[in-house]
Amino acid sequence: MACEKGEGDVVLLDFWASPFGQRVRIALAEKGVAYEYREEDLANKSRMLLEMNPVHKKIPVLVHGGKPVCESLIIVQYIDEVWAHPNPLLPTEPYPRARARFWADFIDKKIYDCGTRLWKLKGEALQEAKKEMICILKLLEGELGDKKYFGGDAFGFVDVALVPFTSWFYTYETSAGFSVEEECPKLAAWAKRCAEERESVRKTLYDPQKIYEFVGLLKKKFGVE
Amino acid sequence: MAASGEEVKLLGVWPSPYVIKVKIALELKGVRYEYLEQEIWENKSELLLKSNPVYKKVPVLIHNDRPVCESAIILQYIDEVWAGARPSILPSDPYERAIARFWAGYFEDTWFYGAIKILQVKTEKEKAEAIEQSFAGLSLLEETYEKSFKGKPFFGGDNIGYLDIALGSFLGWVKTIEKMSGLKLIDGAKFPLLATWAERFCSVATVKEHIPKTDKMIEYCSKVLQPKWHALNN
Repeated sequence: MACEKGEGDVVLLDFWASPFGQRVRIALAEKGVAYEYREEDLANKSRMLLEMNPVHKKIPVLVHGGKPVCESLIIVQYIDEVWAHPNPLLPTEPYPRARARFWADFIDKKIYDCGTRLWKLKGEALQEAKKEMICILKLLEGELGDKKYFGGDAFGFVDVALVPFTSWFYTYETSAGFSVEEECPKLAAWAKRCAEERESVRKTLYDPQKIYEFVGLLKKKFGVE
Repeated sequence: MAASGEEVKLLGVWPSPYVIKVKIALELKGVRYEYLEQEIWENKSELLLKSNPVYKKVPVLIHNDRPVCESAIILQYIDEVWAGARPSILPSDPYERAIARFWAGYFEDTWFYGAIKILQVKTEKEKAEAIEQSFAGLSLLEETYEKSFKGKPFFGGDNIGYLDIALGSFLGWVKTIEKMSGLKLIDGAKFPLLATWAERFCSVATVKEHIPKTDKMIEYCSKVLQPKWHALNN
């Protein structure tokens, strides 16, 4: 990412398709922070990754001035605090901040796991996962309401937490047989809006077809039909 | 001090370490509140269901009729609303905040669920695995204390802070697991820094009364929780 700003050296250990890594890339882009991107081979993790994240051995890891920060939402909050402007991601008042943290945490707890079940499972288990995913998306749509973004008029913390998963919607829909647009039209509109209006999102997210193909490879690897 | 006209309620259950976290934080800040013990297995109260419709769990902090859920989020909320009341719960440096959030999250999302397995699993092999994992986690914490917090009485420095509260609120459960399984988890020989920190934490005035007595926890665990775990396993 070519940007002017930077404070010390910033390195991001990441994996191209990871929605968690994409949260960090989007946050860095929103803030105009220059950084070095390092792609990790998850089948053959680098020594740096194992040293920087000995607890979980996972990406993303942001290394700032040689010091690692792990866990994507913790990293995004760190970025928001170190580079407060432009584009502050969390609201200023305590109650809206608590709400934003709540929904970002909800997204963390629910979407990835349920989504994975959608492409891994079949039959009754798949139907259950589909019902659950629709419920999750409807709850999120309820929180969005008629707002432009989850953050209100400004693209914020919850938007950053959720938007990478929008390129996985196609995979979820195709695996489980449902339509996000039909079930959650406001959420679908929000996803389009983020891609159209935020350069950080446009430059970070991959085409849903590419994610679908990537999941196809994962399915082969895990022996899923 | 909560200003007059401010209403603070806490919905909780006494054995929950997540609820204990919030009680300690409120006391640290000198916030007066009404504590409402909840039924969490059956007959959840209207107030709980209305205040936490997504998870229907405790703790829930209700501040002037506005609910805040999830203990980590509640703690940060308390720190921000009553920012004037010293001490601060979270550190002021962004990197230290990230570290505190990370270890608190690790301990309650990963370590604790692993440690509780010691009481939940059926076979000796599974129990041995759970014990090994718990020791591995404590090793990581001990290393972190050595590297980043040595020389300080608490993770928060001179006073207890976010990470102390996040870890320390589980000490009642740690003692319960130790007594029920006959094994020492925070063993002073293996984890000297953590063992001394744990003793120090439990003797802090704002903490003492909030950690339930071990025999009360053991009774709760054997009479209420274990039957539920066995029902789930079968």
